[in-house]
Amino acid sequence: MTEDTNPLSLNVPEPGCRPGDTPDFSDFEIPQAGAVPRPPVDADPDSIRDMAFSIVRVLNKEGAAVGDWAGALSVDELRQGLRHMLTLRTYDARMLTAQRQGKTSFYMQHLGEEAVSCAFARAMRPGDMNFPTYRQAGLLIARDYPMVTMMNQIFSNAEDPLHGRQLPIMYSSQEHGFFSISGNLGTQFVQSVGWAMASAISGDTKIAAGWIGDGSTAESDFHAAMVFASTYKAPVVLNIVNNQWAISTFQGIARGGVGTFAARGHGFGIASIRVDGNDYLAVHAVAKWACERARLGLGPTLIEHVTYRAGGHSTSDDPSAYRSRREAAAWPLGDPIERLKQHLIVLGEWSEDRHLQAEAEVLDEVKTAQKTAEAVGTLASGKQPSPRDMFEGVYETMPPHLIRQRQEAGF
Amino acid sequence: MAKMTMIEAIREAHDVAMEADERVVVYGEDVGYFGGVFRCTAGLQAKYGTSRCFDAPINEAGIVGTAIGMAAYGLKPVIEIQFADYVYPAYDQIVSEAARLRHRSNGDFTCPIVIRMPTGGGIFGGQTHSQSPEALFTHVSGLKVAMPSNPRDAKGLLLASIADPDPVIFLEPKRLYNGPFDGHHENPLVSWKNHPLGEVPDGDDIVPLGKAAIRREGADVTVLAYGTMVYVAQAAAEETGIDAEVLDLRTLMPLDLDAITSSVKKTGRCVIVHEATRTSGFGAELMSLVQESCFYHLEAPIIRVTGWDTPYPHAQEWEYFPGPARVGEALKKVMED
Ligand SMILES: Cc1ncc(C[n+]2csc(CCOP(=O)(O)OP(=O)(O)O)c2C)c(N)n1
Ligand SMILES: [Mg+2]
Repeated sequence: MTEDTNPLSLNVPEPGCRPGDTPDFSDFEIPQAGAVPRPPVDADPDSIRDMAFSIVRVLNKEGAAVGDWAGALSVDELRQGLRHMLTLRTYDARMLTAQRQGKTSFYMQHLGEEAVSCAFARAMRPGDMNFPTYRQAGLLIARDYPMVTMMNQIFSNAEDPLHGRQLPIMYSSQEHGFFSISGNLGTQFVQSVGWAMASAISGDTKIAAGWIGDGSTAESDFHAAMVFASTYKAPVVLNIVNNQWAISTFQGIARGGVGTFAARGHGFGIASIRVDGNDYLAVHAVAKWACERARLGLGPTLIEHVTYRAGGHSTSDDPSAYRSRREAAAWPLGDPIERLKQHLIVLGEWSEDRHLQAEAEVLDEVKTAQKTAEAVGTLASGKQPSPRDMFEGVYETMPPHLIRQRQEAGF
Repeated sequence: MAKMTMIEAIREAHDVAMEADERVVVYGEDVGYFGGVFRCTAGLQAKYGTSRCFDAPINEAGIVGTAIGMAAYGLKPVIEIQFADYVYPAYDQIVSEAARLRHRSNGDFTCPIVIRMPTGGGIFGGQTHSQSPEALFTHVSGLKVAMPSNPRDAKGLLLASIADPDPVIFLEPKRLYNGPFDGHHENPLVSWKNHPLGEVPDGDDIVPLGKAAIRREGADVTVLAYGTMVYVAQAAAEETGIDAEVLDLRTLMPLDLDAITSSVKKTGRCVIVHEATRTSGFGAELMSLVQESCFYHLEAPIIRVTGWDTPYPHAQEWEYFPGPARVGEALKKVMED
């Protein structure tokens, strides 16, 4: 056989670690905190190409905030950020338990990824619009959306603003800059670009943020978003949350041969940055940079938030079937809550005691909200939405055939 | 013969086909190492290697598009769309490409692919894990459409679909994966263990595409159903005491019109049941066919029992799902007319 006729074979990427293996992140290059300089917001995307291969980090191992990207948040804002993340984590834990108790059908948690949505939310302004996935409830919590209302949605009870129509966690709140969540992956990413284009068309000052998971970047809608954002320089921040997993599929299947997800932006001439998604300060600083850029009409930014999905994909998932149980603990970027807590302690603005106290307060708040929501009802009992609600809202005005069907149904 | 769930039967059909024919390749989201979110392909990667069973990027258009390319090369891809609700990004590849390739190239290229997808509700999946899009496929010339209602048919129909020279949309009623379900959600789960159709023949026995099966013989009314609705219809017949004949269509395209007409001509009455939305649903096609071929035998207007023309709701699942009470009402009504 001559060299050019060797049989071909299919390349199927494999993760480094499956159940039973020892987690090994030694290939994962993590720059020192503070190592990546902060470019001016009007930087030419071409001049910052290396940022797609590095990682913006602010908090170092000792818990100090270092480098160009540090210093944007006051101590009060940091404490508030910690509170938001604690709230999200506690909320998740309670809702997971509620699902196991049969009070709802389904839940998806953020464990390990709390900094991404909680910090990003603080860089946006009222009136801006997020197009989230199901794993950014921090956008609501950090914007003071009422937790009882979130729970009403989880329980599909009579006060669920979506009238029980949607799967739990698929919130919607125009008022809080949170576009209605779809179960169909990727669709929202390109819609965020359209919203941003509309703001530009209308001479408005608002910006949009699109959200997508690492796995879902494979969807065609991701690429559609990139080309529209690039062509029209839409005032949008495009966020990829790379939590390493898409259900059982490791990120290498969606990423293919390219070094990072952020590098996908280069082909479109979009400013592309990777950030330590478990570093509240770094996420916030990068989000602020990108939002400012969008607001100044300088075009879109692609941000890859490097983080880790420490929990199961959803309540229907058992990750021990496809990844090592020890992988989460081995994740080198640590835990976002722990890291911000350490930072505040290093600053002398926090302590273990205050942290315990904050945890207790948050738990109290979440429990109180849960009592209120459960007093209305859950999927299993209490006051539930009317079956009439399923016929409402298909159209603005119910057409005759639906009126007939509703009557036939007896509602 | 072995006792199996529908999931195990589907897995075994893959196994038999992959064993027998090296051209069979299996892929989809989470299909490889993990074996699919419903575990229908569990163990196949370990047995046949990553070249023949692998994880796909989350891009349904890509999954179907690459399958068409593989088929053009000469392979026989059997691909999974994680939920039928997620097939829409692939619709162009299915409708404009897979379905028409044979015709437009005059057989120069063909498309023997199987596109599997879990279908239907009953699991509190809300609007994106519950849909029944069969009519979106039966409407397209060039596609075959199958929907098994039990483990035995799941294996036999899947083997027939893999052997078929044309593209087959293979709809798996996910509520039936682990046991028959008659719509009485308040009752404990039933397993396939004690069900005769949970007995699955070994080997490569197929269930041919285009053949319906009578699940309950009856003299007074014919119920046309498929998937989960087969059990709902049987329950409705038992509970109303109406002597209904329940036909499990098993394949919607090609359709066993002979079985339908001979049953309707015998009973003189017809009720059509499906979980999908009503308007332009497959029931409309069935109703036209029955009207065209059995008009002079009909003693009452044909009735449809279907999902409502709304998105599949989360909390109102059982008000949406056409359960035995609604089917029973239709049976009574068609007997009164
Ligand atoms: C169009 C579409 N295809 C498939 C699915 C099924 N699905 C739901 S979540 C998921 C994995 C998504 O992974 P990723 O984008 O990384 O987000 P993560 O869950 O990690 O936040 C899949 C395949 C879906 N919801 N929509
Ligand atoms: Mg992911």
